[in-house]
Amino acid sequence: MNEELTGAEITIRCLQAEGVDCIFGYPGGAVLFIYDELFKQDKVRHILVRHEQAAVHAADGYARSSNKVGVALVTSGPGVTNAVTGIATAYMDSIPMVVISGQVPTNAIGLDAFQEVDTVGITRPCVKHNFLVNDISELAITIKKAFYIAATGRPGPVLVDIPKDVTQQKMSFTYPEKVSMRSYNPVIRGNLKQVKKAVELILSAQRPVVYTGGGIILSDAAKQLTELVKMLDFPCTNTLMGLGGFPATDRQFIGMLGMHGTYEANMAMQYCDVLIAIGARFDDRVIGNPKHFYNENRKIIHIDIDPSSISKRVKVDIPIVGNVPDVLKELIKLLKSTKEDPDQTALAEWWKQIDLWRERDCLKFDRQSEIIKPQMVVEKLYEITKGDAFVTSDVGQHQMWAAQFYKFDKPRRWINSGGLGTMGFGMPAAMGVQLANPKGKVACITGEASIQMCIQELSTCKQYKLPLKIVNLNNRYMGMVRQWQEFFHGNRYAESYMDALPDFIKLAESYGHVGMRIERPEDVEGALQEAFKLKDQLVFLDFITDQAENVFPMVPGGKGLSEMILV
Amino acid sequence: MENEAGALSRVAGLFSARGYNIESLSVAPTEDPTLSRMTLVTSGSDEVIEQVTKQLNKLIEVVKVIDLSDGNHIERELMLVKVKAVGADRDEIKRLADIFRGCIIDVTDKSYTIEVTGTSSKLDAFLEAIDNSAVLETVRTGASGIGRGDWVLKV
Repeated sequence: MNEELTGAEITIRCLQAEGVDCIFGYPGGAVLFIYDELFKQDKVRHILVRHEQAAVHAADGYARSSNKVGVALVTSGPGVTNAVTGIATAYMDSIPMVVISGQVPTNAIGLDAFQEVDTVGITRPCVKHNFLVNDISELAITIKKAFYIAATGRPGPVLVDIPKDVTQQKMSFTYPEKVSMRSYNPVIRGNLKQVKKAVELILSAQRPVVYTGGGIILSDAAKQLTELVKMLDFPCTNTLMGLGGFPATDRQFIGMLGMHGTYEANMAMQYCDVLIAIGARFDDRVIGNPKHFYNENRKIIHIDIDPSSISKRVKVDIPIVGNVPDVLKELIKLLKSTKEDPDQTALAEWWKQIDLWRERDCLKFDRQSEIIKPQMVVEKLYEITKGDAFVTSDVGQHQMWAAQFYKFDKPRRWINSGGLGTMGFGMPAAMGVQLANPKGKVACITGEASIQMCIQELSTCKQYKLPLKIVNLNNRYMGMVRQWQEFFHGNRYAESYMDALPDFIKLAESYGHVGMRIERPEDVEGALQEAFKLKDQLVFLDFITDQAENVFPMVPGGKGLSEMILV
Repeated sequence: MENEAGALSRVAGLFSARGYNIESLSVAPTEDPTLSRMTLVTSGSDEVIEQVTKQLNKLIEVVKVIDLSDGNHIERELMLVKVKAVGADRDEIKRLADIFRGCIIDVTDKSYTIEVTGTSSKLDAFLEAIDNSAVLETVRTGASGIGRGDWVLKV
């Protein structure tokens, strides 16, 4: 007979059994028994945030940078509602995560009890799955299922809602070794016939493009992707979520595509004859207007683990459902065994065309400017960190400049909220990244609007001595909103000016961090160097940048990929 | 799908969140009490139906999805109609119910309650055949469907 444990003990033992070493949370009434058990052990480290949204973003950054399941722990009611933004962020970007939430006791559910919300109902549309544990006998198996569902197939957040009385009750505990669910069996291997068809189409290509997304990063397929692309000598473009999947400094990399993608990537997407889409989903920010995309004929191979991502916005010719690295291995094997090669003359012509597009130099900016250009700050950050930092971002212009100008050669180095576009994500995500990679250099590229959405986390960074480098591209505007207002709303800057900004230097210092204000281009490099020398300190770098700078190229909403606005 | 609390709301939530329409939905446990079977009637282009099917399959509690209209199938819906029935109308309504193979299952001196079973379009036809002003109340179950012949939907 196993020893009897309380639900709270079982919860912690389950986390230990899953190998969880770090969780992010905030205590409250409904989770007090769980916190009591956390207190009595030292295998699972708890990071106390200052707002539940940050707990979930931190767990998210932890997961993205480490490929482990991120774990957050929040209390019932407002604890959960605060966490929803973080959960939706993770859901949109398919991040493996388990969120444990407290709930009012089972006999109080439905009676409008203090701090009661219908957690399962509120989170249902933004989780991969969720559970309410009504009975202690279901607790261990439910947590097992939660980790299994979160990490397998197309990953995503799973929430486990545990009523307070369940954490008090006692039960003998064994952690299930395995779990099987008749209604959940993710596909691993791609259909071999489809892979063969893909090989034929690849060999017939004259103007090919490999277009890859977050699926490469999430499934750890960067190695296989790089091998495939190098072997074929095809051009490769990554989505915002896919950066680092293929080395950005490689000649075959044609940049990010999409709304703020490079001219060459977007033109190649539009005018290719064979498109190999891998772990990507043809979303509106990537291909723009699908009707315009259809103006050109091309054959499409689409490899993805989620069948519902295939033929959702764009009809494809050869769908392959499977785990991306496994399918790529199969594809590489078949390509190696065939004696044929794609038409090399046609490919050379295609590269010539791409190089002509490259000559447009679509990411150029004024390097002689006497005001700091935000692009230059990101470039310097890249140089000083030798391309080896973990870079998180918030959402807006700075996010696009980070994606365009920091060349990611490795996966899991670029951490941003691509799908939901959550301002406030950057700093808490960076905390999670730093905790998962204690020796890593972690920079958060942000703006003065985004950073204020989770600014309270400067306190968490102080408590746990997280030496983040906050690169604040401060243009005194919600830059992307301002850009749209300039382009599409007759220069009427409705509520996009950030009046009454705090003195970020004093703010950082008040939390015991280092603050620096940089106002001249010639000081950028030195400031960054100094910041990274302060290895044990969080440094808040407040760069006063050009207010009028815009992100180019730009495919306006509803337009096609070849209808870019260029500098 | 798994016969679990909340499974139905996941299906309903999916349809409203993605803008698909539900024409009818009927659900009850099967001979295996751990499973429920749902018949859901929806409409849309082939692309939409493909997405509906894929999205339903993604729900963790959904065990299997089939499109019954892909093959031969049988579809039945049950309707209860309370109609005004006085004077000469009583005979007329009785005859009409017989024609549609309906049964009068409750009688007062002013009304009949008629049970009609069939495809949804047959039930529509019955309502059209009855004088609209005579209909006091209707309640319908939504369609239930099953494949024709020896073919069986098994988990």
